[in-house]
Amino acid sequence: MLWAALLLPRLGLDALARDASVRDERLQNLALISRDQARPLIVDAMPAVRAAGVHRGQTLAAAQALFPSLKTAPHDPAREQKLRELLAGWAYGYSSQVSLREADAVLIEIGGSIKLFGPWPRLEARWRAELGELGISHRLAVAPTALAALALARTQDGTLVANPATLRQALDALPIAQAGLDALAVEALRGMGLSRLREVRALPRAGLIRRFGAAFADHLDRLCGAAPDPLPLYRPPDRFHARMEFDHEIESSETLRFPLRRLIGDLCAFLTSRDGGVQRLELVLEHDPLQFKGLAPTRLAIGLQSPSRDARSVLDLCVLRLQASPVPAPVRALNVVAAQLPPFVPLARDLFDEPRGAQLDWPQLADRLRSRLGADAVYALAAHDDPRPERAWRKRVSAAAAAPVRRLGPRPSWLLRRPLPLRGEPARILAGPERIESGWWDGGDLRRDYYVIETREGQRAWAFRGIDDEAPWLLHGWFA
Amino acid sequence: MAVFAVISNPAIADVLRDPRVWRGAANEQAAAFEPSGHAALDAALPHRGWTQGALTEILFDADGIGELDLVLPALARLTRQRRHVVLVATPYLPYPPAWCAREVDLGYLHCVETQSDIEALWAAEQCLRSGVCAAVLCWPRQASDRALRRLQVAAESGGALGFVFRGARAAANPSPAATRIQLRAGEGTSARILKCRGAHPPARPVPLRAATMRVG
Repeated sequence: MLWAALLLPRLGLDALARDASVRDERLQNLALISRDQARPLIVDAMPAVRAAGVHRGQTLAAAQALFPSLKTAPHDPAREQKLRELLAGWAYGYSSQVSLREADAVLIEIGGSIKLFGPWPRLEARWRAELGELGISHRLAVAPTALAALALARTQDGTLVANPATLRQALDALPIAQAGLDALAVEALRGMGLSRLREVRALPRAGLIRRFGAAFADHLDRLCGAAPDPLPLYRPPDRFHARMEFDHEIESSETLRFPLRRLIGDLCAFLTSRDGGVQRLELVLEHDPLQFKGLAPTRLAIGLQSPSRDARSVLDLCVLRLQASPVPAPVRALNVVAAQLPPFVPLARDLFDEPRGAQLDWPQLADRLRSRLGADAVYALAAHDDPRPERAWRKRVSAAAAAPVRRLGPRPSWLLRRPLPLRGEPARILAGPERIESGWWDGGDLRRDYYVIETREGQRAWAFRGIDDEAPWLLHGWFA
Repeated sequence: MAVFAVISNPAIADVLRDPRVWRGAANEQAAAFEPSGHAALDAALPHRGWTQGALTEILFDADGIGELDLVLPALARLTRQRRHVVLVATPYLPYPPAWCAREVDLGYLHCVETQSDIEALWAAEQCLRSGVCAAVLCWPRQASDRALRRLQVAAESGGALGFVFRGARAAANPSPAATRIQLRAGEGTSARILKCRGAHPPARPVPLRAATMRVG
């Protein structure tokens, strides 16, 4: 295991600066203050402000005295959390083991990643460039344990400690204040005249536990790699939401295709990174709130028969759905929301299968048809064990084992949904009568005599009459 | 003169009457085919069955004269081979007990309901082109020459059996379908092959259904 610690010293300010739409001068004079109404304290400040002597924990009044043109913004933990999650998502692209356990850092296991992305110096350069683009101030260090990497990132940016032997040396020289130990314990150790971790580690363990508790010794062990350090790992969210706003109104569904392609591309990239698929997604088309007052956003739901993450086929379905449903007003913003991301199972294909046509499979084809014709338009049929003709079948959406069905008399290949009066008398009776008398228990009571008849035109039909003699002939099916 | 001599030779004339012998520009491509399950019809068709990757038109003027009997043996065999068959815009409900009795595997039979002919033809074209379906059957109320041509091209690119069921009135108009069969009911049902790509259509209709067979 090799852990990289990405320390975020300016997390709050970075989050604020990222969200600010314009880079203006006021950002330079900014300080974050705690939400304590009575006595706000400085949480963090921009470099220019800190240069004037403002520091963390100062009261706002003192800071304003030092730096009169101070601008303040409230400290917003939720916004920081969002940025941390964004960074975790970014790191997830490099490693499957990413942890957000520490409040001001992201811990990333890179032992596997450097096999793929090249040695650490190359990966480090790449990370620093990407973090710079994201506008994140950062410190990086690598060590065999996560806590050591974090401590090294605090003391010396860019440290690489690759093996346990050098880890011991690096930790021995570490100031105890930077080791992430309990603050009270650090104070006490300082009082004893200890300043480096080497001196703490030289102390007898039993005495340390008695004095500072088992948690303290455990922390030391995890720092040095003597005890395992199980980290809660980051999992990417199970939901996708992307939004794109237009600076003009879009009226044709054809024009929506281009922004849609980008959003679906994002969705599929996201799905690939978390190894999932999408089965239901929703397009939300927002309209101008001023021009069309009270017009709710148009929501188009798209369902797939099986989870997919193929950008082209998902885009195809979305475009078909857009074309099939008229949008009531011009569109100002487009959202793609996927609330459920079920695991994706790639379709197994035969290696030697001959490629045919456009390379679809039945679920994809059914999705295509449903997206234009409606969800109920595509179905399969199943026989049902009931003597009454109207109830001897079922619509079936998914594959299910066919129940064995009794063989009754001759049955027509076409059934009329509703019996119709027969035109004229039958020319010939070929078979029958077959009496069907059933259903008194569920209200679908029927008593009929069924015949196979031939009409004067040579058509073969399935017709019945009620069981009294004078009842009219009713046509119920064709032996087509 | 030599040519006449050859044709007047009765043994060769017998050979030439065989619908498989096509005297024209040599088109040696062996078309894949699917036996129709009707021996007499297979004998009359140039490929000894339904041609794959082509459209077949079935023209009939009354329901219940055997229009499904014509295709059911092939559909039963295809579905039992676990290949998908799609019915688009059926005029009535395909009645599962009867289709089961004809040994069609309902797990591979799919129905597509549509609101208009445009949708029906679109759906049939999608299914034919996809390469997923072994056979696609479609019942449009009206189908233009252009729409049929699209279906024929789609069937070619997807390698599927395409069937279009139309009224007998359409027999008078030309059609891009590779095979056209007209069903006529009288004493029993007979099928007349109006057109079959790769051979001259036989002059005589093929009997399909005997006149006074008792069903069941």
